[in-house]
Amino acid sequence: MSQSIRGILVLLVLAGLGSLGRVGKCAEHRVNYDYFKYHTMAEITGWMEQLEKEHQGVVTIVPYGQTYENRSITLLKISVGSEKKKAIWMDCGIHSREWISPAFCQYFVKQILDTYQTDEKMKQMLSNMDFYITPVLNMDGYVYTWQNITNRLWRKSRSPGNCGDSCMGTDLNRNFDANWGTVGVSRNCCSEVYNGAKELSETEAQAVTSFVLGKRNEIMCFLTIHSYGQLILLPYGHPNVSAPNIDELMSVGVAAAEAIKNVHGMSYTVGTSPNVLYPNSGSSRDWARLIGIPYTFTFELRDKGEHGFKLPEDQIQPTCEEAYEGARSIITYVHDKTFNIPNAASTLIATIWMVLLTLCLTSAPLL
Amino acid sequence: MGRPGWTLWVVVVLIGDSLAGPYRPDAEPGPLETNNIEELEVPPELDGAMSDAELVPHHYPAQRAAKVAVHYLNTRHASPYSCIELNRVHKASLEDLGQAGKKYRLQISLKECVSNTDLGQCLAEVLFPGEQEQRAPQVQCSCEGLKKLNTRAEEDALFQRLNTSNSPLSGCNIPDSYGNIAPEMKPMWHLGAAAASFVMLKESNESTLYNMAQVANFTQLETENDQLRFKYHILLHDMISQEILHWKLLVAWSPAGGVSVPQADWEPKCHHCELPSAKSTPEATKPSSAS
Repeated sequence: MSQSIRGILVLLVLAGLGSLGRVGKCAEHRVNYDYFKYHTMAEITGWMEQLEKEHQGVVTIVPYGQTYENRSITLLKISVGSEKKKAIWMDCGIHSREWISPAFCQYFVKQILDTYQTDEKMKQMLSNMDFYITPVLNMDGYVYTWQNITNRLWRKSRSPGNCGDSCMGTDLNRNFDANWGTVGVSRNCCSEVYNGAKELSETEAQAVTSFVLGKRNEIMCFLTIHSYGQLILLPYGHPNVSAPNIDELMSVGVAAAEAIKNVHGMSYTVGTSPNVLYPNSGSSRDWARLIGIPYTFTFELRDKGEHGFKLPEDQIQPTCEEAYEGARSIITYVHDKTFNIPNAASTLIATIWMVLLTLCLTSAPLL
Repeated sequence: MGRPGWTLWVVVVLIGDSLAGPYRPDAEPGPLETNNIEELEVPPELDGAMSDAELVPHHYPAQRAAKVAVHYLNTRHASPYSCIELNRVHKASLEDLGQAGKKYRLQISLKECVSNTDLGQCLAEVLFPGEQEQRAPQVQCSCEGLKKLNTRAEEDALFQRLNTSNSPLSGCNIPDSYGNIAPEMKPMWHLGAAAASFVMLKESNESTLYNMAQVANFTQLETENDQLRFKYHILLHDMISQEILHWKLLVAWSPAGGVSVPQADWEPKCHHCELPSAKSTPEATKPSSAS
């Protein structure tokens, strides 16, 4: 009798553990980390810690601020050898419902770490630049979207509003000091684009501002990852403000869209926000361009509205693969231009020129 | 020409090429043109030369109007087994009709979303009424490929199953948080999207871009007049305001009669919240000088 009771108890415990669901799971060991599933904040934090352990001296967790709910905002610094004088910034998850965005940052980190010792170009880039990657900027919002299905479509921060009603949260991507409050915002605390009591009212926006200002001469490229819409957006969000290098940004963006298309055939539209989407102000990308970071882009990943923010997990891999090629295209351009690396075609042309010149100089008198 | 002349020619060509710069993006500027796209389109009232202003196809005015055409087509053609999505806008123009409103003329290509097949091209006209009138946009379409849509067999089977079942069907959270949809719920998700198209069409204006974000829940009701009936709670996402709008719909469907929405009620999320369609587009304020 006691044997069968014990057996039943064991079965009940196992059934209970099995039904815990993914939200309750412990942080997974990195060796088994599934980059093609969505992860909780705890899992992502555990993954970051695991990477730091496994890639000592290359990956460092850098805390750089606090969320409203007092979570430590951290980025992964990827640096091979000594700290470099130039760097790339990437942030994900500024809008918490855009789950594909943190998934992409994690994949991007994995790609760098998997290839920097074997891929010649990645090796070269990491010998010249560091990467600063924030997997989840709006951690409070992200945790909130995981708590309950009714919270899944939360976008903003979780700070209290001050409009005298019960609505809370500020749109972090309208809160930066970049033409703040001029266009594409609402002064209603209940609005999804409420831009905050004042510019930089939100600690998350303050954290990015502080860190990036401290490295403004090093960061050459600022990429901020969102969904959905399949767009590559250029500064500025205000229709009457033009970036001085807009033509160059446009051609770099178009090249990135081509790189994306070559992976799985998906079309990404390139242009300024006011032209291809809507005018807006106070975005992190605009602020980065305004303080002088020359190459700043917003990526809006898959899809075009069929699933929207709830991109199915079976699309994480193809989305990450194509976005990686797009980001890599931009980063390669920025690197090559900054470090005067001629591209392959130019090297060939220069070589031919030298050979011919040598032949002619040695074999016949010139005019 | 002699060797020196040949040498000179080669040298001139190579110098000219290397002067073009150390890096060139590999991409050909294709449909995403790089030349002179970035100036804002000329507002029709300033362009006296023609009554129809040509629009850039991938810029937002043409894209928003095209989306409205797609909502219209879905009200007529979508079903539990088919839906229409925009593939591309090829050409677009805008005619300002003054108080009568704004008329967009579009050449678009479409895809069927369930089978992911090409549906060919459409010529569409979308008229957004003038501010005086509180009416839905008016759409006319002439499409070449919609005859390809034929899911009658699957629809009949579903209709039979639901009509004769002893327990009314219901479901919730479609898709779930991870974007997954159980196979048996997919037709009900598509039906929800078809019904949502009626609301999205009616609520659209030049400052909205609607997609259905989720079926929060649905319940099958009593069959009436040979049509299955459902209560649906759907969530729409308006890309421009970024708002999530909750709508409660009464949905009727049969394979023969198609989809209809006899009743639709908006559930505001706060007592002073407004629908995006009720708001006028705010004027941009001047930015402070860029540093």
